[in-house]
Amino acid sequence: MSVLVGTDTRLCVAGITGSEGRFHTLNNRDYGTNVVSGVTPGKGGQDVEGIPVFNTFHAAAEESGANTAMIFVPPPFAADSILEAADAGIETIIAITEGIPAHDELRVYTQIKRNPSLRLIGPNCPGVLSPGKANVGIIPASFFKEGNIGVMSRSGTLTYQIGNELAQKGFGNSSIVGLGGDPIPGTSFIDVLELFENDDQTELIVMSGEIGGDAEELAAEYIAENVTKPVVGYIAGFTAPPGKTMGHAGAIVSGSKGTAAAKAEALEAKGVRVGRTPTQVAEIAVEILGG
Amino acid sequence: MDLLEYQGKQLFARHEIPVPSGIPARTVEEALAAAEKIGYPCVVKAQVKIGGRGKAGGVKVAADATEAREYAEAILGMDIKGFTVHELWIEEASEIEAEYYAAIVFDRSARAALVMLSTQGGMDIEQVSAETPEAIATLHVDPLLGFQPFEARRLAFEAGIDADLIRPIGDFLTRLYETFVAEEALLVEVNPVIITPERKVRALDSKVTLDPNSLYRHEENAKLRDPSDEDPQEQMARDRGLTYVKLDGDIGVLGNGAGLVMSTLDVVAQYGGEPANFLDAGGGSKADAITSAVEVICSNEKVKAVLFNIFGGITRCDEVANGLIEAFATAKPTVPFVVRLDGTNDVEGRKILADANLPGVHTAATMNEAAEKVVALAKGESL
Repeated sequence: MSVLVGTDTRLCVAGITGSEGRFHTLNNRDYGTNVVSGVTPGKGGQDVEGIPVFNTFHAAAEESGANTAMIFVPPPFAADSILEAADAGIETIIAITEGIPAHDELRVYTQIKRNPSLRLIGPNCPGVLSPGKANVGIIPASFFKEGNIGVMSRSGTLTYQIGNELAQKGFGNSSIVGLGGDPIPGTSFIDVLELFENDDQTELIVMSGEIGGDAEELAAEYIAENVTKPVVGYIAGFTAPPGKTMGHAGAIVSGSKGTAAAKAEALEAKGVRVGRTPTQVAEIAVEILGG
Repeated sequence: MDLLEYQGKQLFARHEIPVPSGIPARTVEEALAAAEKIGYPCVVKAQVKIGGRGKAGGVKVAADATEAREYAEAILGMDIKGFTVHELWIEEASEIEAEYYAAIVFDRSARAALVMLSTQGGMDIEQVSAETPEAIATLHVDPLLGFQPFEARRLAFEAGIDADLIRPIGDFLTRLYETFVAEEALLVEVNPVIITPERKVRALDSKVTLDPNSLYRHEENAKLRDPSDEDPQEQMARDRGLTYVKLDGDIGVLGNGAGLVMSTLDVVAQYGGEPANFLDAGGGSKADAITSAVEVICSNEKVKAVLFNIFGGITRCDEVANGLIEAFATAKPTVPFVVRLDGTNDVEGRKILADANLPGVHTAATMNEAAEKVVALAKGESL
């Protein structure tokens, strides 16, 4: 198996007629993802290389049987698009868009959480890749092969770096989940830990965190209570000065709370080994799983 | 984006939060004219985006024109914890019977706005929070329901507000929440909220942080961005659409993606180097972005060596290589570079660089090797 996306995925893309949306949709389809439709208001009836475009998510869900949405529309329209997909009953919503206003994210998050069958990944995330099965988003799939390590991360390119280090040691992945770098991610480490724990293919979990917020600390508590599979951690931002924003809206350090050192300590206190470099993460994985 | 006190108060006034009247001033003459208009006594307040102004001598009550001039002269140009005072706010003096504290903060852990109220305002609220946390009443707001009158009352009763002020303080909090939502703030803080001898409630100070992602739909607020309080390199980077944070060291660092760049800074530090900056060239870094990035990094005179760490996803390594060649042609950097290219089109990218044979450009196969090399180069060692 894999988590979140796989052979059952029937993808509908909001923003499919934009240049970025189109490029990555076709990339995802080339990888083998079952892309069933797209949504662009006013362009219903058209198609993108054979993928039918609908005016609304409701029409797309009904007529193309979409069960997964990818949101690729610009920030001013992204929250609305997520809510539309949710209202149409699309259960897995993956939002790639970066720069959505915080108050929009707050309202969207609260609304999505009212319906336990809905799941939002992102926003501001690279998507989810289940190697050999499906790729939804912008993760460069050619660097990853199928395997037994589940990876979840708050940062896109850092995920590629860690995935690549693992690949060089001969490991593949069950799924790679980009959670996104925004202050209010729809899905947290804890949600994905639960998925990986219950996924037969996953034998080891890598969690890549960064400064800011308390997601890693909460994950540490959760791992101690609920996760039987080995978890290897990584935290970016040991050298980040307090009070500075390092690009991700979420990565703000205030006082001692949310620092990389505090997060690594919280994880290690619960028995999670934390690599100090991406290379070291792969080395720890080798030690645990064997080369 | 942080606002100055008076900008925050102007925002408050738009939402009918009572504030003392005042006039901003950039020169001593403007300050005097403002003081004459407001009348005496008036308060001369330094406008800087840092707390502790009062203790630093940045807030003075002037009894007459002579004092107003004296204080304006003293405070303009004053350094407060590293911030130079460029602007004053001349405000009518307020009579104070009690000082409260009120704030609304975007609480990312709880995924809700947190409203706070205390009767122990005016002093160091962090100290109150640490020593007597029960003195601060707090409540999370459902963002879809909004802040309800009963919630305002509950906070007021819990904070121990006098009976006659329950309603006025409730109104004050309701308006503060309206401001928080309507202006898309991440923080609105009032310390102190004052109670006058006539039992009126007023915001005597303001601390407002706005969400930069929302400024496209708040034109008035977007104009409040003040380039003069930014570091010149940070400003230059912003103008060119790059995310740059200046640090204290001598190794320039560029990467694509915030997480990878943070990780790169850490690895450089582990090899004994000190990063001079954080620079995220972003996803899909194109040639012109790379040229701009090199110019920004090298405009910091402390930089002795530069590390390029690229893992291509959307970003294509051949684009980065071409951008670097262009940058060498236009910006002509004089410090050595270490370049690590991996990911999309990495083979092409490396070949382009090898063929160009740029002066002082070294390549590395891994992030660790790249960090080790750049640290050696920054120390003046040859490879």
